[in-house]
Amino acid sequence: MDYFIQQLVNGLTLGSIYGLIAIGYTMVYGIIGMINFAHGDIFMLGGFAALIVFLLLTTLFAGVPVALALLVMLIVAMLMTSLWNWAIERVAYRPLRGSFRLAPLITAIGMSIVLSNFIQVAQGPRNKPIPPMITDVYHFGEVTIQLKQIVIIIVTAVLLTLFWYIVNKTPLGRAQRATEQDRKMAALLGVDVDRTISITFVMGAALAAVAGTMYLMYYGVAAFNDGFIPGVKAFTAAVLGGIGSLPGAVLGGLLIGLIESLWSAYFTIAYKDVATFGLLAFVLIFKPTGILGRPEVEKV
Amino acid sequence: MASVDTSMTSKDTILKVEHLSMRFGGLMAINDFSFEAKRGEITALIGPNGAGKTTVFNCITGFYKPTMGMISLHQKSGKEYLLERLPDFMITREAKVARTFQNIRLFSGLTVLENLLVAQHNKLMKASGYTILGLLGSPLYKREAKKAIETAAHWLERADLIDRADDPAGDLPYGAQRRLEIARAMCTGPELLCLDEPAAGLNPKESLALNTLLRSIRDEGTSLLLIEHDMSVVMEISDHVVVLEYGQKISDGTPDHVKNDPKVIAAYLGVDDEEVTEVIAEVESLDGGAKA
Repeated sequence: MDYFIQQLVNGLTLGSIYGLIAIGYTMVYGIIGMINFAHGDIFMLGGFAALIVFLLLTTLFAGVPVALALLVMLIVAMLMTSLWNWAIERVAYRPLRGSFRLAPLITAIGMSIVLSNFIQVAQGPRNKPIPPMITDVYHFGEVTIQLKQIVIIIVTAVLLTLFWYIVNKTPLGRAQRATEQDRKMAALLGVDVDRTISITFVMGAALAAVAGTMYLMYYGVAAFNDGFIPGVKAFTAAVLGGIGSLPGAVLGGLLIGLIESLWSAYFTIAYKDVATFGLLAFVLIFKPTGILGRPEVEKV
Repeated sequence: MASVDTSMTSKDTILKVEHLSMRFGGLMAINDFSFEAKRGEITALIGPNGAGKTTVFNCITGFYKPTMGMISLHQKSGKEYLLERLPDFMITREAKVARTFQNIRLFSGLTVLENLLVAQHNKLMKASGYTILGLLGSPLYKREAKKAIETAAHWLERADLIDRADDPAGDLPYGAQRRLEIARAMCTGPELLCLDEPAAGLNPKESLALNTLLRSIRDEGTSLLLIEHDMSVVMEISDHVVVLEYGQKISDGTPDHVKNDPKVIAAYLGVDDEEVTEVIAEVESLDGGAKA
């Protein structure tokens, strides 16, 4: 039982990170119907931004409090990746809006390659380790919970609440949902659709940066190709939960995190990805719109 | 023909369309079409199916960029806008032109109230400091949000939808959705409201209520431009009727004038070209050639 709870905590931590990335996929898909394949690399970029800030802080101001360092890392990483994602949308996706559906998908793959190669050239191909930031652990019987796991879960929960509030209760969120349903009509009512779409990319990137920072803090290492696997997992999470649905993305992320850690704990770790994607196939067969996705009703 | 003389813009003109042409490949959907809509009037654009009425609307509201021609809007404040040069979201925001569609285009997943709030997006967005101040609970935003809800409630009351404010818009019956579209357009605070077949699919009772609503909107100072097939609506409420056939204007004047125009009768009844002259001769002989 203790072992199970331990795996549950580990899974929730991992799932939180997947969920944060998945929101970026799902929001962009919701508003312009496109899969932003560069999103995984935006996550990686966020990790690197946090890494650089961490190294700068610890060299310039030795003994800076961990909480403060983490906060600065988060803010800078969010700003940097937001800027990047905003620019990517501007350069690679906006000119292709109104073109055939596959065109932005292909530029997205291109942007993904550009980003990972850029980091490989600029930061080197090796793994970049950092010393552990938070080392506190709590013991509950046989269960060990690390403080950093608690931090990850709390940060995720807070941000999700904030984003849920923005999307559901503010004028910006209303404009996003209106744009999602009928872009042209939203424009006719005075909504600046291009700006609304840009903000959506910025919001997705900010969450990916948080995920990147958390990932760095949790594993203590960043690499230029870190974006790929978590990106694919988060995309799977978004599809599993029902793409376009915000709670669905989180649910999908948590589910995948849990499956990975429980499968690794009770079966063979080598097959954990098989289990994840097997579940995806299973859900899509019986519920093609994902767990929380609404079927699209086309009116004639 | 007095009706073609649109070279002078009088002070009370709100919309002036000059030499508008719209070509789709080889098809000339609108050909050198000019007309004016007066402030505080209901102007109706009628014509047989395929005459190009909706195309004219699409040009006015920025859906299409016209091949040729000029569309100018004159606001009460004296400001002038050339609509064919504005990006689509500016047409509502700056020029204050709102429109509805022939096929209803509500945000069906949003609630009725939210539909009306989206229409007030710009005011709210500014007041909420582009969301940031709004999240911090700024009093200015709270005040603006309250005002926006009051405006929405006012139009819900007028459109008789107040009981359904929190239902998804897609759940409303057809007639109610049509009224909601008008209410939503009015929430943008337009000076000119363009309605594309507002009475389509309404039963006689709903159609009557619509007439009352449109008249009251006009009397409160918003000018209306409407496309309509239901002649009982057109003749009942319009102050001015423009008739379009094959992309060209064939008649322009008061409802009575248009109703008796032989060209209009010919267009609607589908008379051959040679017969048009006959019909004209016939009508003229009836009026004793005293047509204005």
